[in-house]
Amino acid sequence: MSVVATSANFKDNAHEALTDARLQGAMSFSRNFVGRRAAAAARLPEFDALRDSARAIKDHTLANLDLYLEAYERKVRASGGEVHYAQDADEARKIIIALCKSMGAKSVTKGKSMIAEEIDLNHALEAAGIEPVETDLGEYIIQLRHEAPSHIIAPAIHLTAKDVEQEFRKAHRDLSPDRSLEEPEQLLAEARQVLRAKFLAADVGITGANFLVAETGTSIIVTNEGNGDLTQILPQAHIVIASIEKIVPTLEDAAQLLRVLARSATGQDASVYTTLSTGPRRPGDPDGPTAYHVVILDNGRSAMLGGEFEHMLRCIRCGACMNHCPVYQAVGGHAYGWVYPGPMGAVLTPSLIGVAEGGQLPNASTFCGRCEEVCPVRIPLPGLMRHWREREFERRLSPAPLRYGLGFWAFFANRPTLYRMATGLAARAMHLAGRNKGRFAWLPFAAGWTRYRDLAAPEGATFQSQWRARSGAVR
Amino acid sequence: MDMTGASPGPKSQPRVGLFVTCLVDIIRPSVGFAAVKLLEDAGCKVVVPSQTCCGQPAYNSGDRGSAKILARQAIDAFEDCDYVVAPSGSCGGMLIKHYPHLFAGEPDLAQRAERFAEKTHELISFLVDVMGVKKVAARYEGTVAYHDSCAGLRELGVKTQPRRLLAGVEGLTLVELSDAEICCGFGGLFATKYGELSNAIVARKADDIRSAEPDTVLAGDLGCLMNMAGKLQRDGSPIKARHVAEILAGMADGPAIGEGKPEPAR
Repeated sequence: MSVVATSANFKDNAHEALTDARLQGAMSFSRNFVGRRAAAAARLPEFDALRDSARAIKDHTLANLDLYLEAYERKVRASGGEVHYAQDADEARKIIIALCKSMGAKSVTKGKSMIAEEIDLNHALEAAGIEPVETDLGEYIIQLRHEAPSHIIAPAIHLTAKDVEQEFRKAHRDLSPDRSLEEPEQLLAEARQVLRAKFLAADVGITGANFLVAETGTSIIVTNEGNGDLTQILPQAHIVIASIEKIVPTLEDAAQLLRVLARSATGQDASVYTTLSTGPRRPGDPDGPTAYHVVILDNGRSAMLGGEFEHMLRCIRCGACMNHCPVYQAVGGHAYGWVYPGPMGAVLTPSLIGVAEGGQLPNASTFCGRCEEVCPVRIPLPGLMRHWREREFERRLSPAPLRYGLGFWAFFANRPTLYRMATGLAARAMHLAGRNKGRFAWLPFAAGWTRYRDLAAPEGATFQSQWRARSGAVR
Repeated sequence: MDMTGASPGPKSQPRVGLFVTCLVDIIRPSVGFAAVKLLEDAGCKVVVPSQTCCGQPAYNSGDRGSAKILARQAIDAFEDCDYVVAPSGSCGGMLIKHYPHLFAGEPDLAQRAERFAEKTHELISFLVDVMGVKKVAARYEGTVAYHDSCAGLRELGVKTQPRRLLAGVEGLTLVELSDAEICCGFGGLFATKYGELSNAIVARKADDIRSAEPDTVLAGDLGCLMNMAGKLQRDGSPIKARHVAEILAGMADGPAIGEGKPEPAR
């Protein structure tokens, strides 16, 4: 019961996305993030120094991950909470379902969590007879639509306000059909009204975590709606689901990472809510859950430690890479076909579900480098995508025409004299073929190009042959 | 046209090897000759060692083996040059940023690649940053937009240099593209392997170019230029595309990229 990946069909998915006029209209919004991040970075002179520091914190943590995980676990236990380790998605689901059942839970509220998406938790809860209620506005909307998030911090970015209005009119049938839902504020107010009752009725609240602090046993979430607070404070139990690399050593480290997180994500100096949870309700506390559990998921990540993809475990899930990616901006998140889209998804997906399933993604990049330029923890995303391409090439997983084409080309490129003769002939032949217009509207061996664009024809003799003729060199 | 205001470079008449790039060599040799003129005007002795390709198509396709063979070939070919200069930020980035990485774990070769990288430059940044060129004596009556090609911009820091030299071209008006730092969608083999996606990205770039209303779009990379020119032409736009070196060398009289020769006048 895992999320079904369609990443191997990236090209078809992309085609569908590019021909979906509604989606194309909605996606134009995603470009707003670019200016907001730039403005936030410009307001903070030490932003780049903070990025170096953020990178160093994560690298240090990853190099000592076992120690910090153990330290974190001790602190959680000391504060009255429980820690559970899950090797894979199946184990994580089983642990959470068992916890919910042991508490007789009928209804679960959920804060936004990509790890819950990764383990496909909602379907597992439903199958166990437990109603999952997403409380992040974006997540709530896509839950109504039975969709997956299309962005790691803006899950419903592929939808317009009009789409949301339609969905709400369909779902909230007990409300007056004449009500006005034109303004985003009205949509928000309606979601709040509907969710209020769900918050109060929930038996368990499940949230993700942006950071797990080893020093104190604290889990930290950042939200802009405050839904996370209600999710974790009102029910009798709070379950945190997070992956192993969310650990940071100290609160000070978490504070540094928070300074780059919101700025990179939405261009805010800080998210509206930053919520720290340490254990269950203590005697004398006015509110809070009576039970506090943390489920720590590996799901393939420990295998990335010590190898070239360890860099990827620095990721703090800000989404800046996808916000700045020309490919993501063109096709949106669903085309990537699994949980994580954009450049970070293109590197992470093959690591977590295998290169046979996810190998298309690291190929679908122009290597423009903008993702690496904006990454708050300086993950060399294009370089890591290239590593995947190298692995595919080594294992002969790259498409045969590409491999043979490269071999053919490399044969000539390794032999300069032969190369000059061959390119000289080709350039002249193509010049003659295209001389009237200076370009081709169609070429059989460049159909992927000429279907959409004209292709410039060579001017005539190659530069090298003209240069040699000019300088009188002997061929 | 003569160079004016060129201050003496670090060495009198340095020997500069032109890495012409395979696209310029085959598709648009006039860019190579524009580069030669700019370099000679700046006081360089230009040589053109026998060469093929920098190896980037192989490197970016995961074929590290072929990329290494081509890298060694290029390093050998330019051994006796004081500098290596390429009219491309993308090939320049390969020579400068990626060659040293290719030989990680092979100290002797890695060291040679490092030395090669240190003497290698993208054309326009070489003219400005190394040769100290402040102004070229070119003339161009028209409005141009300059597209920042990704590798030049992000790997090599090419941004102000071409604008500075363009500002000195008589008669020329420079307009900026909105969202200037976003990729044109070329990406080498990406443009054909993911043609539809590449087209969607360049369609947006073409919109941005049209909105800026230049008569010609310029860039420092022929690949990006062919992509943008091909899209504008397919759309029926009259906007032309040229390598920035053609304008700076005062050699923008011939047909623009993908344009046929004008019919001889009767």
